[in-house]
Amino acid sequence: MRPFRYERANDVSGAVALLAGTPNGAFLGGGTNLVDLMRLDVARPELLVDVRRLTSDRIEELPDGRVRVGAAVPNSDLAADPLIRARYPAVSEALLSGASGQLRNLATTGGNLLQRTRCVYFQNVSTPCNKRDPGAGCSAIDGHHWDLAILGASEACVATHPSDLAVALVALDAVVLTEGADGERRIPITELHRLPDREPHRDTILQHGELITAVELPPLPWATRSRYRKVRDRASYAFALVSAVVVLDTADGVVRDVRIGLGGVAHRPWRALVAEQALRGGPATEERFRQAAEAELAAARPLPGNAFKVRLARNTLVRTLLDVNEGRR
Amino acid sequence: MTITPRAMGVAVDRFDGAAKVRGEARYAYEQPVDRPLYLYPLTAAVATGRIADIDCGAASAEPGVVAVLTYRNATRTAAIEDGELRILQSDEVAFRGQFIGGVVAETSEIARHAVSLVRVDYEERPHDVELREGRGDLRVPREVQPIFPMDTAEGDVDAALASAPVRVDQTYTTAWNNHNPIEPHTTIATWTGDRFTFYLSTQGVNGIQAAVAALFELGPDRVRVISPYVGGAFGSKARPHADVVLAALAARLVPDRPVKFALTRQQMFSQVGYRPPTVQRVRLGADAGGRLVALAHESIEPTSKLQEFAEHSTRATPTMYAAPNRRTRQRLAALDVPTPTIMRAPGEASGMFALESAMDEMAIACGLDPIEFRIRNDAQRHPHFGLPFSSRNLVACLREGARRFGWDGRDPTPGIRRTAGWLVGTGVAAATYPVLRLPGSMATIRVGPDERYTVLIAAADIGTGTWTALSQVAADALGVRVEQIDLRIGDTAYPKASNEGGSSGITSWGSAICEAADRLRDELARHGGAVPADGLEVTAAMPENPHISRYAMHAFGAQFAEVRVHAEIGEVRVRRQLGVFAVGRVVNPKTARSQLLGGMTMGLSMALHEQSVFDPRFAQVVTQDLATYHIASNADVGAVEVHWIDEDDPYVNPMGTKGVGEIGIVGAAAAIANAVHHATGVRVRDLPITLDKLLPAA
Repeated sequence: MRPFRYERANDVSGAVALLAGTPNGAFLGGGTNLVDLMRLDVARPELLVDVRRLTSDRIEELPDGRVRVGAAVPNSDLAADPLIRARYPAVSEALLSGASGQLRNLATTGGNLLQRTRCVYFQNVSTPCNKRDPGAGCSAIDGHHWDLAILGASEACVATHPSDLAVALVALDAVVLTEGADGERRIPITELHRLPDREPHRDTILQHGELITAVELPPLPWATRSRYRKVRDRASYAFALVSAVVVLDTADGVVRDVRIGLGGVAHRPWRALVAEQALRGGPATEERFRQAAEAELAAARPLPGNAFKVRLARNTLVRTLLDVNEGRR
Repeated sequence: MTITPRAMGVAVDRFDGAAKVRGEARYAYEQPVDRPLYLYPLTAAVATGRIADIDCGAASAEPGVVAVLTYRNATRTAAIEDGELRILQSDEVAFRGQFIGGVVAETSEIARHAVSLVRVDYEERPHDVELREGRGDLRVPREVQPIFPMDTAEGDVDAALASAPVRVDQTYTTAWNNHNPIEPHTTIATWTGDRFTFYLSTQGVNGIQAAVAALFELGPDRVRVISPYVGGAFGSKARPHADVVLAALAARLVPDRPVKFALTRQQMFSQVGYRPPTVQRVRLGADAGGRLVALAHESIEPTSKLQEFAEHSTRATPTMYAAPNRRTRQRLAALDVPTPTIMRAPGEASGMFALESAMDEMAIACGLDPIEFRIRNDAQRHPHFGLPFSSRNLVACLREGARRFGWDGRDPTPGIRRTAGWLVGTGVAAATYPVLRLPGSMATIRVGPDERYTVLIAAADIGTGTWTALSQVAADALGVRVEQIDLRIGDTAYPKASNEGGSSGITSWGSAICEAADRLRDELARHGGAVPADGLEVTAAMPENPHISRYAMHAFGAQFAEVRVHAEIGEVRVRRQLGVFAVGRVVNPKTARSQLLGGMTMGLSMALHEQSVFDPRFAQVVTQDLATYHIASNADVGAVEVHWIDEDDPYVNPMGTKGVGEIGIVGAAAAIANAVHHATGVRVRDLPITLDKLLPAA
């Protein structure tokens, strides 16, 4: 670990100003990922600005039915919140499927969205990685493929985004509130994370020094019928090989509306718009679910070592659609 | 002579349990020392080659750095045989991650940072790291224990296989597995005047002492090693590794200052050995009545070019089944990789996965229940040694297990039981482990007029319960209450002891203590039966066991598993494991149960999860942390039942014990793989059983 400075500010704008003057600095939330990366020499900030006490740690319902989650709300509090559990059960399920109790107590809502990939080559400074060192080359593409992307990858990077929460939020069309040197922004979460293209070192569209202050969940009464299904190498405490969020609204056996997110398949939490389109207005049957999943995954370009993930993603999505449709938890 | 069990057999709580729970039991790295320094290693970034240049200027200039250690300033060590320990003696690099230096600093953070400032240029050479069948350089490993030859043969296997009406010929592979005790390898090394003191996390203080004494050409009395508590050890702490040598070399640079060194989790994947991957071919031939006529088991594995280690995967095979024609073969390829080592049930854990999977396949091919098939082929005398067994209760374990597990009435048809989208299956496998005794243990017993007995032996408690169980042994050896025993272990200041390894601890140390107790009785008799005012002291060595040449001595067991496999997604969940073991006398039912349960859990982990992914381009394990090297989590472990049968074996040692540390893992993976086949109809022959292997093809 390299020497670094640690600062606290009195408010968000103070924190933003502190970081704006230090190109090689970072905000510190729960630190559950950043501190690990500093130990591994992957992250080498000269300055850490602690923002844990600056943003709200409350979950509040707005008059129009939106729910605003402060960026400092710990993952464990968000997962346990009665309002979240009642209205957006998939959010709670996604959180509880991730990490461990201790980590969830420490990890923040904002930080969860900004965690880095767990690609083994990214985390190992002795192997080249374009995300860590632009232009160095990708070790993963000819290496260990198990956890890598099958959708939206590039020649430069085949990493996946590790967040469970982000997959649920993408399906729910959440909005991320930020504050930066240029003022405040509202960013649809579907636009927050990037595909790798030729700049895999940029995980998100955030500017340097731009801080997530809150996440807003839109009112979506039928989100009560939602589920997060995570498939991984063991029963607990592992990142998703594939995960699926399904929010489903049916009437008389017909899909009125549907939202689908996939995790573990791409550089960003994947919104399955193709599958949604294929399902809307059609019958809620296993055959249609399967056709929709296959339509979404037609664009999949797996690597030799993770070709199984295409079938796995399809079967997981079909199973989750069936479970939500049949009211199974 | 056997001793009468009074304290043995009682479920005594661990004497050290409360201190461990309260955090009062000091592990190596926590020992209080004055003015400690901290070591962080510099590791090779190429697999093979030489160091062309090494620039320590920036690191040396860093405030708080006390010394930068490289081959240029390291103490010259003796040319001992174990190349793994001969670090920093030249500019050569033998594997990626090898220690090539280190920084000693006032804080661990400074040391770690300063290492990143050292610039190393290499002349890299191509590396050879891939194990495959058909390599021209496969060799027969040298024997580790003469009674277990690397190759065995009896009869005409090829002819018997060719004429057998039922045949199985399959290749099974096991994965590279790494040791991950909670406590990594840790050391505090101090060089004072002309001697070393080490606090270490080790399975044997005397092994460390001998290696350091040999390397630094010191008398053993100038190397003190202290290790009272160990936070888990599965073989990587049995033999000294380069971490101990690096700490010693660093201590030599900074006399009188204790040097603290703890490996990071990532370093655990390249520095302390591993269970090597195996490629095993098993061929079985059976007659129409389900009796084996031929059995061939061959295994190839990697070792390093620095030091040979063979995972003796075929070792158990000649012990298991009566086939008149048999052959076992072990072959090694020496590669540019770190040196593998002992890992819980080395040989048996890998080999019995292959053999017991093949036995399941053969039972099915013969149309027999797998338990009945094993019983039909149970060996009455040891097939290879030709000796009777001191006790052999494999069949009793299988029958008792079947009864407890509810095996009767099992429909052998695979892939037909389904509940809520999950396919259900059950499987069984046999287990065995030899009764090993390691040479060299001695024990001292002192008694005072207060009738308190101090028992001194440099034995190890690696979390298994030695403090407690060995006190129980000593109490019965002396015929006194366990409260009268004051056991002292884990320090080279006490009489030397063999390593904790091969499930041999109680056999080896207990035999020495029993011998010392006999001598003490003789001494007491000479004093008219009363302890003199200034007390008595005797020291004795572990005696030879005269029965060893007359009996084959092995523990046995039966492993059962019930699994569920998700029909669409392929996830495997082990709902139940049940093991029944015949392990001789159980000294402490509480600690023994924990060991067997831990072994079975580790077997589950081996079956479903553990796999070090070695990237041949970088010659490195790339899954080098606990987020990417998966070990079974609590949620993966279902109901685990541990049982043993009463077994009275008067030949193995005075206690009648066979050892419980390893047998729990043996056969566990095969039972799970066999259950997966029963559930799904898919035979997985390569570990671990990951969901991609069970995901429906369509």
